[in-house]
Amino acid sequence: MMEPFVRHTGRLAALARANVDTDQIVPKQFLKRVERTGFGPALFHDWRFRPDGSPNPDFELNQPVARGASILLAGENFGCGSSREHAVWALREYGFRAILAPSFADIFFANCCQNGLVPVRLLPQEIAELFRRHQAAGGEYQLTVDLEEQRVHDGLGFRTTFSMEPYRREMLLHGLDEIGRTLRFEDRIGAYEKNRDAGCEMREPS
Amino acid sequence: MARTLFDKVWDAHVVHQFPEGPALLYVDLHLVHEVTSPQAFEGLRQAGRRVRRPALTVATVDHNVPTGDRAAPIADPIAARQLEALAVNARDFGVELFDLRSPQQGIVHVIGPELGLTQPGMVIVCGDSHTATHGAFGALALGIGTSEVEHVLATQCLVWSKPGTMEARVTGTLAPGVTAKDLILALIGRIGTAGATGHVIEYTGEAIRALSMEERMTVCNMSIEAGARAGMIAPDETTVAYLAGRPRAPSGAAWDRAVATWRELGTDPGATYDKRVELDASEVAPQVTWGTSPGMVTPVTGHVPNPSDFPTDAERRAVTRALEYMGLAPGTPLEGLPIDRVFLGSCTNARIEDLRAAARTVRGRHVATGVRAMVVPGSQQVKAQAEREGLDRVFSEAGFEWRNAGCSMCLGMNPDVLQSGERCASTSNRNFEGRQGRGGRTHLMSPPMAAAAAVAGRIVDVRRWGEEPAGR
Repeated sequence: MMEPFVRHTGRLAALARANVDTDQIVPKQFLKRVERTGFGPALFHDWRFRPDGSPNPDFELNQPVARGASILLAGENFGCGSSREHAVWALREYGFRAILAPSFADIFFANCCQNGLVPVRLLPQEIAELFRRHQAAGGEYQLTVDLEEQRVHDGLGFRTTFSMEPYRREMLLHGLDEIGRTLRFEDRIGAYEKNRDAGCEMREPS
Repeated sequence: MARTLFDKVWDAHVVHQFPEGPALLYVDLHLVHEVTSPQAFEGLRQAGRRVRRPALTVATVDHNVPTGDRAAPIADPIAARQLEALAVNARDFGVELFDLRSPQQGIVHVIGPELGLTQPGMVIVCGDSHTATHGAFGALALGIGTSEVEHVLATQCLVWSKPGTMEARVTGTLAPGVTAKDLILALIGRIGTAGATGHVIEYTGEAIRALSMEERMTVCNMSIEAGARAGMIAPDETTVAYLAGRPRAPSGAAWDRAVATWRELGTDPGATYDKRVELDASEVAPQVTWGTSPGMVTPVTGHVPNPSDFPTDAERRAVTRALEYMGLAPGTPLEGLPIDRVFLGSCTNARIEDLRAAARTVRGRHVATGVRAMVVPGSQQVKAQAEREGLDRVFSEAGFEWRNAGCSMCLGMNPDVLQSGERCASTSNRNFEGRQGRGGRTHLMSPPMAAAAAVAGRIVDVRRWGEEPAGR
């Protein structure tokens, strides 16, 4: 069951990089698990940890002010590359509830919506403004993401709206099970199949 | 109304249109592998659900399989557990599995087409972003996440909001020594790694028509590297000839009926796309990536760029970071750059034509001292075919390792990985940081370019390679 998301206020962590790919979010050596859990420690592994396993103090999420952050601010095309949903599981398990970026890769965006991690697309100048505010506050910066009202604000004058497809928004707001939702249309699937199979030419395995 | 290839396939698969946006699309073929499926099957078990259409679901093992001796036990217990999980899931849910013992085992995007499972007009999904490969047949084929895998297993449908369309028209003719890989890398270099986000690309134009099916697969495969979840090419006589006689393609009267419907799939005259880009194939040179994103690419005759050449702060930062990771100074010529490793493999470039082109380049020559080079065929069938043609001997005599099929060092989930600092000429699709091993430095290029690099011990321009014609 997906955790519903109505609104969330939390500390912002900033990752000023574009094209962060899912290989960086969860490197492949951690993809062998057969569970949906256990990926938090793998998040940004090769950036977060040095080759000897010690934390890399230069990495953004290892800054003391980034501790406990639950909203991630990122550059364009976040989540590009591999379709691995493990990336979203890792972000969730680490504690993130929302990601703000100018753009997201398509598969990653869909994966977020399946796991109660809200991907918020803002204008590039709004993202740039948030990076500025985060930096000016020395990293001590909180933000509210309100999915119900489709608004982002910091209580200090930053205020904007974002769009989210109504279907996805409703799923996220109520933590809906998409399979259960689709199975409400089982009669339509059955009718489509009846039609399709009558004309289907694919040879099935013997 | 005039419709595109994409529109026709989309329209034929809408089971239900949600008023709030997405459609419920019927899936004709669901390909499954060991890495992105265990959680999906577990989800079905926990909810007491079954696989709705096991006969439309096909599984294989590719991502984490060792490519060495198949008789030896798998050394990595976690990888073994994942392979075992797929075997149990396939058995419990009645899904056909091509496992490590199967002569048809291979990379999921290689075996789909070679078995004839992949057909024009289908909607095809797989928990893997390179599912775009199958679009070469005029199928709408896309990568999905594990939750969506579970959804398709349970409902045989995918919830998807209709994407935009983008035409990538490629005119002209590819020059000798220039391949489909160079063409798609040049396109990604042109439009960027997010250039087609939210869109499905249709590749059109005489240069695309002139490509073989395997070359078309190389092009569609890397659509995701341009941001597109799917890339498509309208079926034609090349497509029909490729599929004729394949074990899972229709036969007899059913074949004739299928071919007749395939011929109707092409984009209607007058149909429009949301976006367009044009590329002249005759201007494309062999491409080599210099950075940590497939869009960081240049002709082999080019140089490593200077961060100051880029207009925005974000780009300058990204390029600086990439050059630091790659251990490259601005202005360094790509040609002549020494390499340590060569990887001939992946769902992009490990089909028989790729191996033939690479073998032509290395025949009678030897891998340079200090270079470790491996060939990992895309499937056991490709491997067997290559062995029938004697290509394995060409590679072995040249000092290449000749391996079994799998994804291998494209993503380094199995024991085939780069060591930190090693520089690799690779025919795969992603040069991300750490993709082929932590600290590993990947240069993407075509099979003949990678083969030539293995022999020279450095990146060379394959167009000036010896007397034998290389490449196409």
